[in-house]
Amino acid sequence: MSQNLFFKCTKCGYITERKKVEVNNYVCLSCGYYETLDYKKRLDMIIDQNTFTETNIHNDFHDPINFPGYRTKHEEILSRSNLNEAVITGSGYIDGQKVMIGVMDTRYMMGSMGVVVGEKITRLFEDAEDEKLPVIMFIASGGARMQEGIFSLMQMAKTSAAVLRFSEAGGLYISVLTNPTTGGVSASFAFLGDIILAEPGALIGFAGKRVIEQTINEKLPFNFQTAEFLMDHGYIDLIVERKNLKSTLSDILKIHDQENNKFKLEDNIGSINLLINS
Amino acid sequence: MRDKSTTEAEINNAWNKVLLARKITRFRSLDIIKHIFNSFIELHGDRNIGDDRSIIAGIAMFDQQAVTVIGQQKGNSQKEMEYCQYGMTKPEGYRKALRLMKQAEKFRRPIICFIDTPGAFPGVSAEKNGQAEAIARNLYEMANITVPILSIIIGEGGSGGALALGVANRVIMLENAIYSVVSPEGCASILYKDSRKAPVVAGHLHLTAIDLKNYGIIDEIISEEGTESSIFDRIKQSIEGELYRCSQLDGDELRKERIERYRNIGSEIVFS
Ligand SMILES: [Zn+2]
Repeated sequence: MSQNLFFKCTKCGYITERKKVEVNNYVCLSCGYYETLDYKKRLDMIIDQNTFTETNIHNDFHDPINFPGYRTKHEEILSRSNLNEAVITGSGYIDGQKVMIGVMDTRYMMGSMGVVVGEKITRLFEDAEDEKLPVIMFIASGGARMQEGIFSLMQMAKTSAAVLRFSEAGGLYISVLTNPTTGGVSASFAFLGDIILAEPGALIGFAGKRVIEQTINEKLPFNFQTAEFLMDHGYIDLIVERKNLKSTLSDILKIHDQENNKFKLEDNIGSINLLINS
Repeated sequence: MRDKSTTEAEINNAWNKVLLARKITRFRSLDIIKHIFNSFIELHGDRNIGDDRSIIAGIAMFDQQAVTVIGQQKGNSQKEMEYCQYGMTKPEGYRKALRLMKQAEKFRRPIICFIDTPGAFPGVSAEKNGQAEAIARNLYEMANITVPILSIIIGEGGSGGALALGVANRVIMLENAIYSVVSPEGCASILYKDSRKAPVVAGHLHLTAIDLKNYGIIDEIISEEGTESSIFDRIKQSIEGELYRCSQLDGDELRKERIERYRNIGSEIVFS
């Protein structure tokens, strides 16, 4: 059986032609499971064809606390997937509307956040402020990068402050929580969006399930730490099926386009007059 | 898995600090608060779902200066530890802290945080009440506050649960305190599937006050020599000095200083 022609569901093991799953946006045709996407598939799905331009490309490997085995692991992933970090950032268009976008990729150390990830995300918000563009972040991360120790923890503060400055400047930030969104990433920029979307069934939470079970000896509710659980408790604006994600993002962008708002801040009074006169 | 860069002595030292920071008889936030502030009035609750006993917070006088004080609290016995959730803060605790920080900003009082937690509370209710959002919100709002914030790590500085009170103009550590992105046990069990490797991993994580000072992550180390009362006096002196320094800055400068502090960590990375 050719691996390229067929696709096996990570959850239920259902095997079908890859083409069929591809058309279905990598949602299992049998059980409905959402496969975690690599950044290329995500960009193809969301960004208008041939409009993505990558920004802040870096090439060096950073090992701030000289952690044993870190470099070896980095080199393994690099040779396997040609990926040298856990986030790709850049600009592109969604139905002709320009945005800055960041996509996390779990193939690189579970999408964890170290200094490079924190710096790229911070610069994404800074670039977006300079260019007066909205930011869309696709989150997929196991949390902080342990191998970078305290430097990794500090990225939570840094990225949160980056969202703050961007928000104060009036920028729109949409975060899309996908499977998984946990740990230090969930507890920083992921939950700071003006609008927080999530994919169905995505694992979202702060503490790991096993840690909770061990420490507290509590039984976990059946849909614990899913997108649905988080929305039920008021922490997510909307769960969006993958096939509708692009159009939903496009509509949100349209609604935030100040050209479509007569009440925009700068000339609020003038606009109101206009409305009365017309 | 042993690394040449971490010596046996460094590992022993790091693990020793972990044990000291966690020692059940160690002084707690409340001991320090009682010693260095006057007229401390505890204020409770997040005005939403409850009051978190892992955080003691309120208003007080520091010599002639009004302040807001927020401290993560542990106990000195099993029973006391249970009462305050072993210092593990729930969302309502972080939100209580943030409420009082905003209040401090309104009345232009400096904010002094004492950090001592193994980490944020891992539990069903904490997740249900938005633990991730609560921590994220504190990081975001603390960056923006226009009064001085000082954070002093007095025992365990456990991950995001500590950082949520640690976005400060100055971060100070006691000599035997630790500050880490992950517990040595947690890191060992994830990376090596063996939590017994925690002592070695503690060395690799560089979680001691000296290492963190050398990295520029913290600003000052307070010696733990002598009696508890002399340690608390040194904490007091250190706060005095920092409040004086901050008094020379206006609200916007304080905010900028705090944001810059974190912005600079990693800004040296070269991109093309
Ligand atoms: Zn399936």
